[in-house]
Amino acid sequence: MVPLSWYLIFAAALFSIGLFGVLSRRNAIAILLGVELMLNSVNINLAAFWRYGNVMDMTGQVFAIIVFAVAAAEVAVGLALVISVYRRRNTVVADEIDMMKW
Amino acid sequence: MISSTMFASILPEILILVLAILIFIVEPFWKDEKRRNVGWLTAGGLLAAMILSFIFGQPGEPTATLGGMVRFDWLGFFFKMLFMFAGAATALLFMDNEKIGRRGEAYLLLLASLLGMNLMAASADLVMLYLAIETTSIPLYILSGFMLTDGKSTEAGFKYLLFGAMSSAIMLYGFSLVFGFTGTTSLYQLAGMLNAGSLSLTAAFGILALILVGLGFKVSIVPFHFWAPDVYEGAPTPISGFLSTASKAAGFAVLVRLFFVAFPGYAASWTLVLAILSAVTMTVGNLLTLQQTNIKRLLAYSSIAHAGYALIGVVALTQLGAASVIFYLAAYIATNLLAFGIVMAFSRVTGLEEIKDYAGLSRRSPWLGLMMLAAFLSLAGMPPFGGFVAKVFVFAAGVQAGYVWLVIVGIINSIIGVYYYLNVLKFVYLYRMPNEDEENHPVPLTRPYVIALAVLALGVILIGTVFAPWFGWSDAAALNLF
Repeated sequence: MVPLSWYLIFAAALFSIGLFGVLSRRNAIAILLGVELMLNSVNINLAAFWRYGNVMDMTGQVFAIIVFAVAAAEVAVGLALVISVYRRRNTVVADEIDMMKW
Repeated sequence: MISSTMFASILPEILILVLAILIFIVEPFWKDEKRRNVGWLTAGGLLAAMILSFIFGQPGEPTATLGGMVRFDWLGFFFKMLFMFAGAATALLFMDNEKIGRRGEAYLLLLASLLGMNLMAASADLVMLYLAIETTSIPLYILSGFMLTDGKSTEAGFKYLLFGAMSSAIMLYGFSLVFGFTGTTSLYQLAGMLNAGSLSLTAAFGILALILVGLGFKVSIVPFHFWAPDVYEGAPTPISGFLSTASKAAGFAVLVRLFFVAFPGYAASWTLVLAILSAVTMTVGNLLTLQQTNIKRLLAYSSIAHAGYALIGVVALTQLGAASVIFYLAAYIATNLLAFGIVMAFSRVTGLEEIKDYAGLSRRSPWLGLMMLAAFLSLAGMPPFGGFVAKVFVFAAGVQAGYVWLVIVGIINSIIGVYYYLNVLKFVYLYRMPNEDEENHPVPLTRPYVIALAVLALGVILIGTVFAPWFGWSDAAALNLF
């Protein structure tokens, strides 16, 4: 069987790629995609920990299901907000959405 | 399985849901000009829910209900009452806002996020906690970007969503690691599992840092505060008020429960980190407030500083510390909602939001000026208002726990705070309008504003003068943590 650590390293790598995408991408859609990658790495973690832990305890699976249900809700709201910004400003590039500066 | 305790433990949530369904049914039948009455319904309903929960839903001995998802104790109960009070006041402040006052869905979203906050305060399981945090956040993203025709509001919603989604994903990664290393998601079992020494200090530190990113975002502590000023400025003002009070308090409710209950074994590593974050938060928040000219941004930055003060109580990790955080949040919710309410009432009439526009307010509307005095002196921490007593308790907890340097930083910061709060009051009381014709420019208040502001002002004064019962309740809530 593939050892648990491989899954965890894979999830950590995916998480880091997602975080890098969120921090470096300028397009709002790409930022949301980065967030999705991060959430999916969490799901891999949860499923792997469940499989290699107490299989009779369903907590890990339930947690993973709730995470992707919430992720779907979040991205739906996110895209709606991106569209509302696009209608006002004709851009989805985060750098150009800068009416307010501190 | 199904018992009366189970229902009692989520009675406030059930009542909020019933109220939301009621609004769903009633709202379409009301004509457009009558639709602002949804605000009365929301505020009245929340008040009724508070009373009903107080009669039928009082917790006894702390118990875990709903399969261990929810903890039924005074800590959760006290926070729920605070959130519902803040929600009712916010609903009243919604009513005469041109953009959102007549939109039934705004009230529904407010109730949805209130439901999430209540569950945040009560959740005893990481799964429930994550679900509650997202239930709180997603409606708030929408509400921040609610004014579709306003460029600043859409931008505020957009920024809030991007920062919020990122930080909650980071926090969730921390949760998944906690689950992996301990095999449980229950906060109350975690402490036992972690004490068994299954986790090295480095790993625990990394996981706590991940979780702290998400919670730090919610309570806007430096360095996760970047969203706050922009969102508070752009969002509709009642939403800014709600975000900076109830949403922040909900974050603290989670922070307190998580750190006091689940991770006390690693206290040595995280109390110092939190102490440093607290000092940095206060200082950065206050220094950035000094140069603000827009009153909403001033309140936004000062609310960052207030998160720093409240954090001192968490750092203390004692019963007094927890009680002082809860007391601080109660005083802060009343005070900051009052401040935001005044800003709303003023800008509804004048359309202006700069500090200099407040010149001569005490002559234009003596009552509004007086309430502004109460709110800003309370924020500055002056007796006899709530903010003073709250600061005293927080600082006392800090000294008791041996963090004297942190308390000194806090006191220096309070003095900086006095400067910029009094600066606003200088415009209100000492300066006059350019033509000195204040009597021709009154600031009339509509009934919802009068009720909301009067209740909040009364609250600020009551918490500051008759503070013993409030502190007694905070202390009873804090006792449940140990």
